[in-house]
Amino acid sequence: MTRHNEIDCDVLVVGAGPAGLSAASELRALGVVRVLVLEREAQAGGVPRHCHHTGFGLRDLHRLLSGPSYADELVRRALASGVQILTATTVTSLEKNGQAHATNSSGVHDITSRAVLLASGARERPRSARLVAGDRPPGVFTTGQLQQWVYGKGLPVGTRALVIGAEHVSFSAMMTLRHAHVKPVALVTDLEEHQSVAPFAFAARRFFGVPVWTSTRVVAINGQQRVREVVLEDVRTGAHRVEAVDVVVFSGDWIPDYELARRLGVELDAGTLGPASDDGGRTSVASFYAAGNLLHPVETADVAALRAREVARALVKDLANDSTSSSHDQIAVRVEAPLSWAWPNRFDPLSPVSRVALRAKTFSGSRLLVARQDGREIGRERVGRIVPNRSLSVAGAFLAVADPGRGPVTLSLG
Amino acid sequence: MTQGIVRDTPYDVAVIGAGVVGCAIARELARYEVSVVVLERSGDVGNGTSKANTAILHTGFDCVPGSLESSLVSRGYHLLGAYAEEAGIALERTGGLLVAWDDEQQAALTSLQEKAEKNGYDATQILSAAQVRDREPNLGEGVRGGLAVPGESIICPWSTVLAYALEAASAGVSFLLNAQVTGVARVEGLHVLATGQGDVRSRWLVNAAGLFSSDVDGLCDHDDFTVTPRRGELVVFDKLARDLITSIILPVPTQRTKGVLIAPTVYGNVLLGPTADDVDDPFATATTEQGITRLFEAARKVVPKLVDEEVTATYAGLRAATQFQDYQIRVHAGEAYVCVGGIRSTGLTASMAIAEYVTGLLGDEGLELTARMLVPETPDMAPLGEQQLRRYLDAAAIGRDPAYGQVVCHCERVTQGEIRDACTGVLGANDLGALRRRTRAMNGRCQGFYCGAEVVALLSELSGRSPAALTGLDS
Repeated sequence: MTRHNEIDCDVLVVGAGPAGLSAASELRALGVVRVLVLEREAQAGGVPRHCHHTGFGLRDLHRLLSGPSYADELVRRALASGVQILTATTVTSLEKNGQAHATNSSGVHDITSRAVLLASGARERPRSARLVAGDRPPGVFTTGQLQQWVYGKGLPVGTRALVIGAEHVSFSAMMTLRHAHVKPVALVTDLEEHQSVAPFAFAARRFFGVPVWTSTRVVAINGQQRVREVVLEDVRTGAHRVEAVDVVVFSGDWIPDYELARRLGVELDAGTLGPASDDGGRTSVASFYAAGNLLHPVETADVAALRAREVARALVKDLANDSTSSSHDQIAVRVEAPLSWAWPNRFDPLSPVSRVALRAKTFSGSRLLVARQDGREIGRERVGRIVPNRSLSVAGAFLAVADPGRGPVTLSLG
Repeated sequence: MTQGIVRDTPYDVAVIGAGVVGCAIARELARYEVSVVVLERSGDVGNGTSKANTAILHTGFDCVPGSLESSLVSRGYHLLGAYAEEAGIALERTGGLLVAWDDEQQAALTSLQEKAEKNGYDATQILSAAQVRDREPNLGEGVRGGLAVPGESIICPWSTVLAYALEAASAGVSFLLNAQVTGVARVEGLHVLATGQGDVRSRWLVNAAGLFSSDVDGLCDHDDFTVTPRRGELVVFDKLARDLITSIILPVPTQRTKGVLIAPTVYGNVLLGPTADDVDDPFATATTEQGITRLFEAARKVVPKLVDEEVTATYAGLRAATQFQDYQIRVHAGEAYVCVGGIRSTGLTASMAIAEYVTGLLGDEGLELTARMLVPETPDMAPLGEQQLRRYLDAAAIGRDPAYGQVVCHCERVTQGEIRDACTGVLGANDLGALRRRTRAMNGRCQGFYCGAEVVALLSELSGRSPAALTGLDS
C-alpha cells in the first residue's frame, strides 16, 4: 500500500470561502505561523465566485465589489498575509485527536494541527430534499448549480423558468436567468410575502416584469426528457394550476454542510443544524472551531467574513492560554416557536455575548424577545420586524444575568 | 465498439431487452460458440426496471415454495453472490430482520420460518422483542418479535447489469442501443426484427423485455400474460442516517398489508419503500405526494429517527407484474422463441439462474452449445460501495493516476478518473443517467448544487454530445 503524506500545521482551515479565508488571514495577522486552508474546489473564494452581481464586501472590506472580485480580493489578502491555500483538495474525515485526512491529485494526506477551523459553508436544499413529487427530468436546478452552469461553464439553461423561493438568493437566481436569456416567469413562495428587501421585489416587478406568487406551493414537476410543466397549489384554497416552463430553480432553504463535523461527533444545534457553538465558534469537540455559514445559514458573505474573524480571535486566545476549552460547560440557548434558531447556541456566563442572531418561521411586527431560565424571566429586548429566512441581530446584554447553575436559556417572543 | 452495428448475417440468438435478465442471458450465452445480439429500446443497459429497485440480494425465504421463482432465486442468490465478489460489485451481507408489530404479525413468524425451510433456507431464527431491540436499537415502540434472515444482503444493481453486459460484450455479444423492436416476422426460418436501426435477423429469439415483454409477446403472436406495471416509490435518506440501522428491516407480510422495508444501501444511504400501485403507463415513474407521505408514515413507526434526517433522493420504479404469481418462462419450440416474462422484483437476485435456465431450454430445443475455448473474463468493476476501497481513498491508485485524486462530485466523492473511465470504452456512459449509475456522480445530498455544471461539461467533452442534448433541450 502506498504511504500517506504527512502534513503538519498550526491551524487547519477547511474551506476557502469568505469565512475560511477571512479567518485564515486574521490568524496570520494575530501571529499564527502555519495556517493551511484546504479547498475542495479548483479555485478558492467560495460561493461569491459564481455570483456575478454587485453587493459584496461592503461591511468587511468597506468597498462594493462583484462576487468574483470580492472572492479574488479575499484570496489575494490571504496569500499576502502568508496563508497557504491548497485547492482541489478534499478533506475526507476528521478525528477527535485533531488529525485530518485529505485527498488530492498528489495523493492521500494525513494532517496534524493544533486546531481545526471548519468553514465548509452551506448549500440549498435540492428538489428531492423538499420532497417535490413528479418526474425527474433535466431542467431542475438550485441557484448555486444554475450560477455555475451559466457563469462558470456557459451551458444552455432553457427558455422559461420558475424560481421557487422568494428570499434574497431567489432574486439573484432571477438575475442569473435573465443573464442567460431565460424568461423568469415568477418567483414562487408558500409564505404570504417575499422574504427579501422591498427594493428587490419592486425592481423585479417594475423593471423585469417578474411577479412574486405568494401563498403558492409547488406540488409536482412533470416531463420525461425535460421539464414540461410545474403543478402549483394555492395554499389558501387548495386549488391547483399548471405552469408550462422548462426550467425550475429551487432557491434558498439553506442547510449547513455539516457532514465532516457530524461524522467527527460534533454536536449540532437543533435549530441551525450547524455545529452548536459559542460566539468564538467553539464546538462540542475540543480544538475544533466552526465559522461562517456552516454555523447558521445563511448570512451575506461580508457578515460571514466578519464573524469568522471573531472566531479566529477566539481561537488564537485559546491557543495562547493553551486551553482546550470546548463549548461543553456553557449555558445552552434554546428557542420556542415561531423562533427557529438563535446563535450563539452556547455562551460562557463569564464573558458577555455582544450580539445574538435570530430567525423565525413566520412574519411578525416588532415584538419583545424574552429570555427565561428555569421558567424565570432573566431579560428582555425589543426586536424589529421579523421576516422568515432573514436574520435579526439584537444586543446580547439581556443575557448578562444568566446563571450557569440554572440550565439552558430559552428565548421566546412575548 | 459493438454498439450500433447491424450486420447482414443472422445471429444465432437475439435477446430483446438489456435489463438485468437480458444481460445475464447474453453473458451466459457468451460462454458458448453462439453469436448473440441484444436489442435495447433505451440508450443504456439496465435502464428500466433494473435501475430502480430495492437493491436486495434475496435468499428467497419467502417465495412460493415449489415455484420456478423459488428455485431460481435460491440458485441465483448463490451465483450472483459469488459473481459479485469476483467482479468487485459492491455487496454487503447485512442480513434481514422481519419485525412483528402486532399479534397477527407475531403469529405469522412461525409460518414464515416454515415457508423459508420449504424454500431450502433453514438459517432463519425467531427472535424475542428484546433480541430484536438489541440488534436494532433505533426501532420504534411496540416491537413484538422478529425473524432474522441472516442471508439477506444488499448489492449494487447498476454494476451488476453493467458487469454482465461488459462480460458479454468482451466475448463478442453485440449491443444495439436505442433499438426498439417494432415488428417481428418469420422469414425462411429466421426471425426478422424491425428496429429503428434496421432489420436484425436471428435463428432464436429471447424476449426479456421486462415491462414491454407482453408487447413483444404480442408481436410474436402470443398472448401468454399481461404486464401491469406496478409502481414502487422509494425515498433515499442521507448517508448520515446509515448508522440508524444495521440490517434490512423488513415488514411481516400479512393478508391486509405488504408494508415497506427500510434498508441500508451499498452506497451508504438508507432506502425506504416501496409503495405498490398498479399503473397503466410503462413510463409512469413519477413520484406522488401521497406515496411519499405513506412512506414517511411507515418510517415514523418503524425507525422514528429516520424522518428527521435529510432526504437525498426520491424515485419510483416499475415492476413488471403479471396476472400470475410465478415467473412466466415459456418455450415456443416450433417458433424458436423463448419468452422470459413476469420476472418480478426478485429478478436481480435470480438473474444468473434465469440465464442458466433459459440457456438450458435453448440447448434442449436444439441450439448447439459448444463451450468457448477462451472463457470470457469477469470484468473488474469500479468500486462504488462504501465498504470497498473507493478511488479517492486509494493512495496507490492515485499514485498511478492522479485523476483518481481529483474529486469532482463532493457528496459522493466521485473523482475525475472515475468519470473518465465510465465514459470510455465499450458501453461507456452516453447520458447523465448512465453516468450516475456508473459512478454515483450527482447522486448525493446536493444533487448537483456543487458539481452539476462540472459533471455536465465533463460528460459533454468525453461523450461528444452537446450539453443541450444531454439535458433534454435538443430533442
